[in-house]
Amino acid sequence: MFLIIAVTVLIFLVIFQIAKASEYVAVLKGEEKSRKQDNKINGFLMVVFLVLGLIGVWYCNEIYFGKTLMAHDAASVEGARVDSMLMVTVAVTGIVFLGTQILLFWFSYKYQESDNRKPYFFAHSTKLELIWTIIPAIVLTVLVVIGLRNWFLFTGEPPQNAMVVEVTGKQFGWIFRYPGKDATFGKKYFKNIDNATNNLGIIWEDQMSHDDLVLEQTMYLVKGKPVKFIIGSRDVIHDVGLVHFRMKMDAVPGIPTTLWFTPKYTTKEMKEITNNPNFAYEISCDQMCGNGHYSMKGVIEVLDQEEYDAKMVGIKPYYYAAFPEKDPSMAKPADTLKLAAKPVEAATKVIAKM
Amino acid sequence: MSNEAVLHTHATTDVHHDAHGDHHGEHHHHETFITKYVFSQDHKMIAKQFLITGMVWAVLGGLMSVLFRLQLGYPDSTFPWLEDILGKWAAGGKITPEAYYALVTTHGTVLVFFVLTAGLSGTFANFLIPLQVGARDMASPFMNMLSYWFFFAAGIVMLSSLFVETGPFSGGWTAYPPLSALGDASPGSKTGMDLWLISMALFVVSSLLGGLNYIATVLNMRTKGMSMTRLPLTIWALFFTAILGVLSFPVLFSGFILLIFDRNFGTSFYLSDIFINGVGALPNEGGSAILYQHLFWFLGHPEVYIILLPAMGMVSEILSVNSRKPIFGYMAMVGSLFAIAILAFLVWAHHMFVTGLNPFLGSIFVLLTLLIAVPSAIKVFNWLTTLWRGNIRFTPGMLFAIGFVSLFISGGLTGIWLGNSALDIHLHDTYFVVAHFHIVMGVASMFGMFAGIYHWFPKMYGKYLNNTLGYIHFWVTIAGAYLIFWPMHYQGLAGMPRRYYDFSAWESFNKFGDLNRFISTVAMIVFAVQILFLFNFFYSIFKGRKLTNPNPWDSNTLEWTTPIHPGHGNWVGEIPEVHRWAYDYAKDGKEFIPQTTPVGADESHH
Repeated sequence: MFLIIAVTVLIFLVIFQIAKASEYVAVLKGEEKSRKQDNKINGFLMVVFLVLGLIGVWYCNEIYFGKTLMAHDAASVEGARVDSMLMVTVAVTGIVFLGTQILLFWFSYKYQESDNRKPYFFAHSTKLELIWTIIPAIVLTVLVVIGLRNWFLFTGEPPQNAMVVEVTGKQFGWIFRYPGKDATFGKKYFKNIDNATNNLGIIWEDQMSHDDLVLEQTMYLVKGKPVKFIIGSRDVIHDVGLVHFRMKMDAVPGIPTTLWFTPKYTTKEMKEITNNPNFAYEISCDQMCGNGHYSMKGVIEVLDQEEYDAKMVGIKPYYYAAFPEKDPSMAKPADTLKLAAKPVEAATKVIAKM
Repeated sequence: MSNEAVLHTHATTDVHHDAHGDHHGEHHHHETFITKYVFSQDHKMIAKQFLITGMVWAVLGGLMSVLFRLQLGYPDSTFPWLEDILGKWAAGGKITPEAYYALVTTHGTVLVFFVLTAGLSGTFANFLIPLQVGARDMASPFMNMLSYWFFFAAGIVMLSSLFVETGPFSGGWTAYPPLSALGDASPGSKTGMDLWLISMALFVVSSLLGGLNYIATVLNMRTKGMSMTRLPLTIWALFFTAILGVLSFPVLFSGFILLIFDRNFGTSFYLSDIFINGVGALPNEGGSAILYQHLFWFLGHPEVYIILLPAMGMVSEILSVNSRKPIFGYMAMVGSLFAIAILAFLVWAHHMFVTGLNPFLGSIFVLLTLLIAVPSAIKVFNWLTTLWRGNIRFTPGMLFAIGFVSLFISGGLTGIWLGNSALDIHLHDTYFVVAHFHIVMGVASMFGMFAGIYHWFPKMYGKYLNNTLGYIHFWVTIAGAYLIFWPMHYQGLAGMPRRYYDFSAWESFNKFGDLNRFISTVAMIVFAVQILFLFNFFYSIFKGRKLTNPNPWDSNTLEWTTPIHPGHGNWVGEIPEVHRWAYDYAKDGKEFIPQTTPVGADESHH
């Protein structure tokens, strides 16, 4: 560390001495002459910077494009539209980028000070200014139209056959709830939350809640079946980031949000597509939520319909975690005494809620 | 546009206001050290105070970025010396997540507000407005002094928050509640957040005092003949900046007030349905966390232009002076500044596309956001045309002005991606955003600031900065800025979220280890070169080459008609009268015609 500082200071001193010396030399040589020399060097560097910069842009793309998500197909039907929109935007902005940067550095080089040139008094031209007002306006209109068509699709209602999953963020993890056979979520109230047996604050008195399935950290979806997330948060603002599906939505306490997409590939297929045996559809929290923000991960496993059905059959409704004695598979040995005790507890919870 | 036409309509109607100031500039008040350097009411000294305070904060904020880049670049290494500096925040030589987030947050707050708002517009609005409009000082020198000292106090409070036991605020510079409202959700949201809010409140006061003064001065204190359409573009830009600040900072302030109530007095403006691990369910119900975001971004977005417009104005001026030809399309430049200032108020919700915003409302904000690209495009093309067929002098100021245009193009274009909500869903809060706003707002505005410092340093101190160091500073910084931020676009396209302390646990994001190391290394080099610049700055104040020509850049504007070391009051004798716009370069075969030169009978019209 001290070595680094020492070396830096030394380099500073050398640069400074050279800079100071060049100032003295300039005075000796005649300031005007040395200024013109500097001007030539900087003018030349302009074009050097342009060429090296463009090579750099190309090289950067060469080595990093393969690591972006664009290198392979989006994992959702809607995500493919994001990708194609992205490519149109790349093309439009890319052309403007190249054109203007080349002009900027080329003009700087070409019109560097020279004794032979008289600068051209050119204060305005309505025609030119209209051209570069109208052309960008038209191009942007095209981009806006493409963008808004996608926007209204993404934020609109999902198809009729969509399944619904509730996603809840908390510091620092994810809770998923499936509505079960009745396709309806039981009501919940945040004051009922209890980390041991009721991490979402479900109101058990609501019969609809009895077949709800609750999972933590990993959720399951079906390939080709649209899914709608109803998103909420238990504490601070989080964000459900689904990079492979190109989707994202904040999880806000007190205000449910939604998001929907159609998974296109199973996790297994994505492992082959990305050539990565460890591939997983990771849910990343994309909104600063505290010191554990960077570790707030969930996983989505996309399965075929049969695999999914088999998986879900094995998961018990969350109700039975709270009331093990109600579980039909456990019910036979259970004695009646416990059964009688529970409703009282449930009733007190109702009172608490009120 | 025709200035001659304007001359005849306005010259007779313009008000004299310099009569009272005439005696002012000639004999100095008796000044003590305190009134001259500390509680100064001279706008030039206040400008220098803003600049140097801004520099101190830039070094601190920059150093913070170097520290957290160490963590990002070398997540597996330990640096025992870090523990020496940071103590428990880097136990074992590794920055803790708390410290990492505190550093990121403070870096953002400090750079956005203290460096790029106060340091940039505070410095140049103070320095240039009276000098370029032809006034002895600001409308209220006393308010101007207060503006600096409120800023100074804001800095002291912010600095003190770094030494609080629970740490400085660590929830991101945007300070979204509930995270920023609940100390139980994050230790940084305890005392650190109180201090952060106090500091920001003081800053808002400073900014309002300054802004009102700037507006009053530009509107009322222009010298004879200085009609609005003869103002240099710097002044137009600073004028719009001040208006933006005056109209939007109070909204931020109201957001902070509600936050203070939620934090301390049990209200539920932003809080509802919250269960905190280890604490349980909170009593708050019915608040909306999104309300804060609307209030915040109603300032937050204009803030981007508060930072950017002064840089644009200075760059326009510097490009024209050093191309030795007039700025192309003066009225279009003013018009586009105006359009940007208006639109700046109508696009805030593009920061909130993924908050569950009403999709229809979102679509309006898409339209308005992309509309900003039109005046921005006009500015870029006008700058390019200003260079075209010029006779360019590459002073260090000019280099930074050209660099600004390059960065503004690069960063502006990615704004078209992010402003389009359907793409923003994918790119929001990834490194793509980090790359975008650092290039277009951070680095570009820094370049505008550097351009301004190099260009007006001779006026500030009567000395030159060392040119060779200036050239090194420019080339290393622009190359470094691109090397740091260009590849970040690719990280963003890989979905890497911002504000992550460590990516190693993520299968999707852990493949950029080499790149992160590279970026961190370049960041350290660029930081070192900024220190070199500061050295040049302070060395040249005392030992720089002395100015012999009061107008070293052969410039037209009024500030160069003052003596090399102008006293309080700026001009000895009467304030000069203005007869033309600021951009008569290369006109009728003359190299340049200062604004104070009367229009000749045989002069051509344009």
